[in-house]
Amino acid sequence: MTRLGAAIVLFAVVAAIAGPFVVPYDPADQALASRLDRPSWSHPFGLDELGRDVLSRVLSGARISLLVGLLVVGISAAIGAGLGSAAGYFGGWVDDVISRIIDVLMAFPGILLAIALVAVLGPSLTNVIVALASIGWVGYARLVRGQVLRAREFEFVLAARALGARAPRVIGRHVLPSVLAALVVQASLGMAGAIIAEASLSFLGLGVQPPTASWGTMLAGGRAHLLDAPHLTVCPGLAIAILVLGFNFLGDGLRDALDPRRPTH
Amino acid sequence: MWRYLARRLLLTVPVLLGVATLVFLLIHLIPGDPAQAMLGEGAAPKDVAALRTRLGLDLPLPVQFGRFVNGVVRGDLGTSLRTGEPVAAAIAQRMPATFELALAAMCVALLVAIPLGVAAAVWRGTIVDHAAMTLSLLGISIPNFWLGPMMAIVFAIELGWLPVSGRGTAAHLVLPAVTLGAALAAILARMTRASLLDELRELYVVSARARGVSRARAVWAHAFRNSLVPVVTIVGLQFGSLLTGAIITETIFSWPGVGRLLIQSISFRDYPMVQGCILLIAVTYVMVNLMTDLVYGWLDPRIRLGRG
Repeated sequence: MTRLGAAIVLFAVVAAIAGPFVVPYDPADQALASRLDRPSWSHPFGLDELGRDVLSRVLSGARISLLVGLLVVGISAAIGAGLGSAAGYFGGWVDDVISRIIDVLMAFPGILLAIALVAVLGPSLTNVIVALASIGWVGYARLVRGQVLRAREFEFVLAARALGARAPRVIGRHVLPSVLAALVVQASLGMAGAIIAEASLSFLGLGVQPPTASWGTMLAGGRAHLLDAPHLTVCPGLAIAILVLGFNFLGDGLRDALDPRRPTH
Repeated sequence: MWRYLARRLLLTVPVLLGVATLVFLLIHLIPGDPAQAMLGEGAAPKDVAALRTRLGLDLPLPVQFGRFVNGVVRGDLGTSLRTGEPVAAAIAQRMPATFELALAAMCVALLVAIPLGVAAAVWRGTIVDHAAMTLSLLGISIPNFWLGPMMAIVFAIELGWLPVSGRGTAAHLVLPAVTLGAALAAILARMTRASLLDELRELYVVSARARGVSRARAVWAHAFRNSLVPVVTIVGLQFGSLLTGAIITETIFSWPGVGRLLIQSISFRDYPMVQGCILLIAVTYVMVNLMTDLVYGWLDPRIRLGRG
């Protein structure tokens, strides 16, 4: 399953990058005379309500989804790792303050806070990334804090401290590398979560705005044509489900591979 | 148990205060003048100033926060900018629909997940197990805003068995409940499988089998009931998540609940209503999690007897 997941993710990345050079249509080009055309040889995923090629838009949407996923996971992991390691390493009031913030944010349903933030900041791709990263760092911080609490008692860490190494060097060179495996697993599963969250916000009209192609906005547009053009709903939905499945397979597989205590069956 | 209860209740107070602070600060994150943003760029300065005064936005921030918390404690969440009705009353009117949907989704999830998880554990490593776990991973991966329309195409439009939207009869509830419950069913199936496998490895089950107890009896009479304890916890914790999942499901099926009210209010920039909906969903989420913890504490003798 891990290999299947990796293959799906790799395929999606290649398709997103190479898509514009392979598909002969621009995702924004309109052919109103052929609007809502069903899938055909010339348009394998059909045309949408404005006569735009759905395949080109699905590939364009893949770029948005992967970009949002990468940025949200990257920013969240960086903030989470920084605050989590500070809380775990220094303890005391630093840990108290960071842990209380984590407690409150963990008590708040994640997607609800993202909806609230985008509602006040305004719908845009940047605001979606800001909103999702604002809630995403919490999981990483909690994970890293727990791991650092354990790692700071390792002998090589104690030795580095005894030799006079400063905190940033001890954390960066000795503590964080030992929590990297757990972070990679979390990031892989986090990609799946970020892709679904972006698509959810765009579906609700709070994310990427038309005419930019995003899988969520495509699904929202397809709702009005469930009866006469179901391909508008089927194609972007399948794309989301397959890519998310790929990241979930990958994350599950990595977790099993990196944690020898965790039974696979 | 009482110490645990008091500690858990005390820990909830700062969390609730934090949630209230976050919701209060939301309105202040609006770029520029919040009153101007609510009324639109073309609004007259007189109207903007009046709204600013009405919402208390011209007062110092600590005073505004004090008024906000005071209002929340008294159940006064302000009035809707769009309809003029009290926010608390509008939410209270729609809350039963959201709870009805969340409860139905929970029933759907349990009805699917428990047999699936038990089958996967009993026939571990076989095609049944692989099929059940692949199905559950699919359930986690398929977004509900795709599953809902797909089921509407098949069961409402093509087959005509169920209504596509609205609320009223039990038939109206089926598609939204299945859509909302699918992901939870997937999580619970994996949890049930893992929990039952753990129990089946316990000595009391192994010794029962050694005494000649049949496999079916060992599973159902011994292991199954004990395996449900962590599942019950997850059920409680996930009920809060259903309330947030309902935001999308209610929008898809035009279900008249709090989630749909929230999305409608966002599109009309009715921020007092947005604040009220978010606060209520978040507080319900915190309280459901608290109740789950308390029930778990009562069920687990290590916590009940003060050894946890």
